[in-house]
Amino acid sequence: MTAQTATTLTVATRRRTGPSLTRSRRDQPSLLRQAVLQAVTVLVLLTVLFPIVWVIAISLDPLNRSRPEGLSLIPSNATLEAYGQVISQPTNNPISFLGLAGNSLKIALGTSIISVLIGVSAAYAFARFKFRGREVLMLAILGVLMLPPVATLTPLFVMLNQVQLDLPLVGAFNLRNSLLGVGLAIISGLLPFAIWNLKGYLDTIPRDLEEAAWVDGASYNQTFIKIILPLALPALAVTAFLGFVSGWTEFYFSWMFLNKVEDQTLAMALYAMQGQFASTPWSQFSAFAILFAIPPAIVYFFAQRYITSGLAIGGVKG
Amino acid sequence: MTAAVTEIRAIGASASRRPRRNRMPYLYLAPAFLVMGVITLYPLIYQVWMSFTDYGIQNLRAGSASPAWVGAQNYIDVLASQLSIPNYFFVRLLLYNLVWAFSNVAIHVVLGVGIALLVHTRGLWFKRFYRSLFILPVVIPPIIVATVWKNMFDADHGAINQLLALAGGVVGLPASTFGADWLRQVEDPISFIPLPLAFYAMLVTNTWLGWPLNAVVATGALQSIPGELYEAAEIDGAGRWQQFKNVTMVFLRPAMIPYAIYGFVITFNLFYLAFFMSQGGPQGRTELLVTQAYRLVNDQRLYGVGASFAVIMFFILLGITLVTNKLAKATASYQDQ
Repeated sequence: MTAQTATTLTVATRRRTGPSLTRSRRDQPSLLRQAVLQAVTVLVLLTVLFPIVWVIAISLDPLNRSRPEGLSLIPSNATLEAYGQVISQPTNNPISFLGLAGNSLKIALGTSIISVLIGVSAAYAFARFKFRGREVLMLAILGVLMLPPVATLTPLFVMLNQVQLDLPLVGAFNLRNSLLGVGLAIISGLLPFAIWNLKGYLDTIPRDLEEAAWVDGASYNQTFIKIILPLALPALAVTAFLGFVSGWTEFYFSWMFLNKVEDQTLAMALYAMQGQFASTPWSQFSAFAILFAIPPAIVYFFAQRYITSGLAIGGVKG
Repeated sequence: MTAAVTEIRAIGASASRRPRRNRMPYLYLAPAFLVMGVITLYPLIYQVWMSFTDYGIQNLRAGSASPAWVGAQNYIDVLASQLSIPNYFFVRLLLYNLVWAFSNVAIHVVLGVGIALLVHTRGLWFKRFYRSLFILPVVIPPIIVATVWKNMFDADHGAINQLLALAGGVVGLPASTFGADWLRQVEDPISFIPLPLAFYAMLVTNTWLGWPLNAVVATGALQSIPGELYEAAEIDGAGRWQQFKNVTMVFLRPAMIPYAIYGFVITFNLFYLAFFMSQGGPQGRTELLVTQAYRLVNDQRLYGVGASFAVIMFFILLGITLVTNKLAKATASYQDQ
């Protein structure tokens, strides 16, 4: 057993014995104290739930009501009209919700899959090899990670704008003014994150299995594909999911790069619906926001344990 | 000690059984560094060159004349606030950005730890139920949080004013008392603090968004405290406060400090609230460095100036990283004593 597994095991046993010991020896709170604690906790819960309930309530307003009339859990004449409207055509532009979601999906899937695939290979090199230039390269990645995405906005805009592509099937297009260009811009920030997060996780995988495989004559490629990748699956999934969410909701690059109506994404439409001169009824805006938030929210909500622990490992061990 | 053991094992392994391939790591790194070289590192270097030119909309087209070299002029203009755009003042921008990040993180950590302690109370009913619902703000993408809360703070139809009017009605205040235009009011609500009302509105929004993850981290730390420690402390005659100070805090600190630093950097660069809610207003006073950088290139199309702004931002962030790392190390050694 390596030192690393030993420490995780002690933590695990500590966690298991800790609460049970205390529960048996310590008193339960009195009923009065319980009631006070419950009241405070419920108050906190109400503040958490209020905006969510509010936006759901407003999404049920009928379409002829531009702004909500007051606070109500279920508004008068509640209807799902707004959902129907935003699914067929959310903004003034001739593009449906599915069209917008399709573009966001292309960006999100493309960027997250590519970043994780390329990232895990680099993470493996950093986690398992000592080589010349390792520290410098890791510092370069950390330096880029520190930057907000806005930092590469200007040069990427200018550079991608100079690339005219002519592909079979798609035809000629400007790389900047295309989903492909936005995808590249996103990967420029997502890839360093993927490398760093995955390296943190690979560092925690004990080396015993690999060493055993080497004894049996396995090569680095074989141990990488047959041992490391399957063991790293949870981290790969978490990293891909986080990348997916950032691509699904990406705003800065898409808003600045894309001019064509058929390339619009969900985030761009959301902003357009709320712009200074937009007259979109709040019910439609709310319905749109809910439909937009639901896919990542559901995954996040049910996989939160894996996501937060995956992040914690990546962050702390990094 | 453990590090030394793994070191020895690693050396032993590489000497005897490891397949030897010196080029191997570079092959694994190649795809990532090819991609990063072209779309991350090269653009960053290109940006440094751009920052010394008057790159503008006239230079965008492929084959157009290359921009003129202007030396450090862009840097001087940015730092001395000599850009010909409205409401731009660099020092105020930077100070506001720091105040914004500090105030948010302080509130998030205190609330997060407080609520984690509350839910961690022994024998509290429905713990799991509360914990799973408290995470809800985290699962909603920030762009949606920002746009929804913008509507919530609307002066006439927003939920905040309606809620305040409802509460005010109980004590007999007329509903017209609560018509504040949260995100646009120009006068400062507290006369001796030079921060606009929009700051407080966004502080509320970001608090809603930010404390739950702090509570998750704090809960993890609380659950790792062995119960024996409290019993030992009790036997030694320590009171509740002393137990909190000498047991709970000792376990919370190493978990919360790195997370607070992480939160500080995230909040410092938080684009969505300032961009969507207040749109930098009133009079550009809630603009952050990131939103200002975005406006310089997206609205003003000042690519050269925007590049120098990004380079300056890089050094500011570098400074923040170095300072926070120092702080983290200082507190870590305090830990070990």
